[in-house]
Amino acid sequence: MSRRTTLLTALGWLALAAALLGLAPALLSDFRLGLLAKYCCYAIAAVGIGLAWGRGGMLVLGQGLYFGLGGYAMAMHLKLTDAGPGQVPDFMVLYAGGEMPVWWEPFRSPVVTLLAILLLPVLVATVLGAAIFKRRVKGAYFAILSQALTAAFAILLIGQVKTTGGFNGLNNFQSFFGYSLYDPVNKRMLYFLAAGVLLASVALMAQLHRSRFGELLVATRDAEERVRFLGHDPANVKLVAYVLAAVLASVGGALFVPVVGIISPEDVGVGASIALVAGVALGGRASLFGPALGALLVGYAETSLSESFPGSWSYFQGGLFVVVVLLLPGGLAQALSALASVRHRVGGPPGGRRRRERPASDRTRPGPTTPQEVTA
Amino acid sequence: MSVPGRDYLEVRGIRVEFDGFVAVDGVDLTLLQGQVHFLIGPNGAGKTTLVDALTGLVRATGLASYDNQNLLDRPSHAIVRLGIGRTFQTATVFEELTVLQNLDIAGGVHRRARSLLRRRRGVPERVHETLATIGLTEQADRPAGVLSHGQKQWLEIGMLLVQDARVMLLDEPVAGMSAEERRETGELLHRIGQERTIVVIEHDMDFVRDFADVVTVMSAGRVLAHGTVEEIRADPEVQRVYLGHTVEGVA
Ligand SMILES: Nc1ncnc2c1ncn2[C@@H]1O[C@H](COP(=O)(O)OP(=O)(O)OP(=O)(O)O)[C@@H](O)[C@H]1O
Ligand SMILES: [Mg+2]
Repeated sequence: MSRRTTLLTALGWLALAAALLGLAPALLSDFRLGLLAKYCCYAIAAVGIGLAWGRGGMLVLGQGLYFGLGGYAMAMHLKLTDAGPGQVPDFMVLYAGGEMPVWWEPFRSPVVTLLAILLLPVLVATVLGAAIFKRRVKGAYFAILSQALTAAFAILLIGQVKTTGGFNGLNNFQSFFGYSLYDPVNKRMLYFLAAGVLLASVALMAQLHRSRFGELLVATRDAEERVRFLGHDPANVKLVAYVLAAVLASVGGALFVPVVGIISPEDVGVGASIALVAGVALGGRASLFGPALGALLVGYAETSLSESFPGSWSYFQGGLFVVVVLLLPGGLAQALSALASVRHRVGGPPGGRRRRERPASDRTRPGPTTPQEVTA
Repeated sequence: MSVPGRDYLEVRGIRVEFDGFVAVDGVDLTLLQGQVHFLIGPNGAGKTTLVDALTGLVRATGLASYDNQNLLDRPSHAIVRLGIGRTFQTATVFEELTVLQNLDIAGGVHRRARSLLRRRRGVPERVHETLATIGLTEQADRPAGVLSHGQKQWLEIGMLLVQDARVMLLDEPVAGMSAEERRETGELLHRIGQERTIVVIEHDMDFVRDFADVVTVMSAGRVLAHGTVEEIRADPEVQRVYLGHTVEGVA
C-alpha cells in the first residue's frame, strides 16, 4: 500500500470521526441522534460483513445470528440488573411463574456479560465456520446455510417465550450499567459509545486491509486453491475473517439493546440480516468505508421510508440488494472511484495522480466487479 | 534404498484410479537432490496425475515419502509445508497483485501468525534475491496480470523459491516460451537445482536434451524407461511408443 493511500485512508477516517463525533451531535435533535446511534450499531456489524464478504468472498447472509447473540446477552444482563439482586426479570414473573433458568444466572455479572458478548460469537463462529469451511462449502451453498442458521435461531427465540420473551423479545430496560436510560444525557453518551466503537472497528479494518493477512484473505477470495499451494489452509484464513465478522456483529447487537431499548427475533432474523448485507452492498463491500456508510444510509432510508410509506420497506430493501449486486457490484465506492478516474482522464493535472501511466485496460479494479463473484 | 547425505523423494507403487480408469499404474521413482529430472511421455500418459497425487490433489495408493514423511493422505497445504512445491500447466499467479506482492505472499508459510497482522515493511531479503534470480527486478511493481506467459512461469518458480520448496514439481514450465526464454529457464533450473530436487514435465525434446540430468518416460500410467538422455534414446520400448509422434529427438 502506497504512502498516498495511507494518507487518504487517514483523512477519510478523520472526516468520518469529525462527522460522527462533532457535526452530528451539534446538528441533530436528541431523537435523531438516537436513530443515528442505532444505525451505528448496524454499521459496526456491517464493517464485519465487509471483511467476510467483500474481502473474504463469504456471503454472510445470516449475521443476525451473531447480532442476536450479543444483543440477547446484553438484554439479559439489563433485565437482571433492573430486577435487582436475587430477583427475576418482570416478564418471567408474568409468563413463567417466576422461574428463571440457570443459564440466565451468570448474566447478572457485568464482566461475564461483556466476556460473553465477545467470546460467545468466537465460540459459535469457530465451531460453525470450521465445520463449514473444512467441508469446502462455499458460494451460494454457504449463503443459504448461513441464512438458514439465522432463521432457525429466530424460530428458537420465538418458541422460548418463558426464557427469551418469545416474539416480543426483551424490552423495557431501565438502566445501563448504573446509568438511567431515561436521561437524555446518558442517551447522548450511548450515541458517543456506538459512534466510537464504529470508528474503532473501521480503524481495525484499515489495519487488517493493509496487513499481510489482508492480502492473504483477498488472495484466498480470488484463488482459493492456489493459496493452498502456498502452504495455507484456506479454511483457516476464511475462519479468521468469519470469526472477526461475528464478533463485530455481536458488539453491534450488544450496543443496539440499550440504544433502541428492545431486542426481538425480528431484529436478528432473516430480514434484519439481509438489511445489513444490503447496506454493505450499497456502500461497496470490498472498500474500507463503504460497508459502514452503506449501513448508515440504509438505516436512514429504512426510517424515512417507514415514516412515509409504511410496509414498503422490505420490498425496497430486497430490491436494493438485487439492483446493487447486479448493476453496481462494487457499490457506491465503485461508482465514486469510476467517477474520479473519468475526471482524471478528462481533465486531471498531468502526472498528478499516478506517476507511471498505464493503459486504461489494465487499471487495477477497485473491487470484484463481476456478478458471478458475488457468491464466490 | 537410501542415499546418504542427500535428500530424495521416493515413490513406490503409486496408483491413481478415476472411476475404474487407471491413470497412474504402479509408478516407482527415486528423485535425488541436485539433479534436474525430466518426466516425459505422450499426452494422457499420467504425468500431471502423478504430480497431482504427490501434492494431495487426487487420492492415490502406494507410498511416497520425503524426509521420512509419507506424502499420501495429507492435505495439499500440509505437503507444501513439508517443502514440496509445484506449478500448474497454466500459470496461476495472483494477477491483481504486483510481482513483488506475489513473491511476498509466497513467504507466508514461514511467518508467525502475529506478523501476518502487520503490514509489509520494505522488501524481505529473500524476495529481493529471488527477484534477481528470476530476472524480474524491473517488473517488481507491475501487476502480475500484465506479465508475458514466460515471465509468469518464472514468477511461479520464484514463488517456490521464496516458499523455500526443497522439491519443485514443474508442469510444462516452458510450454509457449520462445527459444531464448527456454534457454534462460533451463539455466535458471540448473542454477537453483543444486540444493533442490527438481522435476520438470516436458514435451519439447530439444529442451530435454539440453537440460535433463535424468529422464523418466511414462506411457499409459507406467514408467517405460528411466536414465540419461542417451540411454532413453537408445531404448527400443521408448522408440516404439514415440514412433509417429512429433518428438523426433528421441527416436
Ligand atoms: N479428474 C480426472 N478424472 C478422470 N480422468 C482423468 C482425470 N484427470 C486425468 N484423467 C485422465 O487420466 C489420464 C492421464 O492424464 P494426465 O493429465 O495425467 O496426462 P498427462 O501425461 O499430464 O498428459 P498431457 O501431456 O496432455 O498433460 C488421461 O487419460 C486423463 O483423461
Ligand atoms: Mg499434463
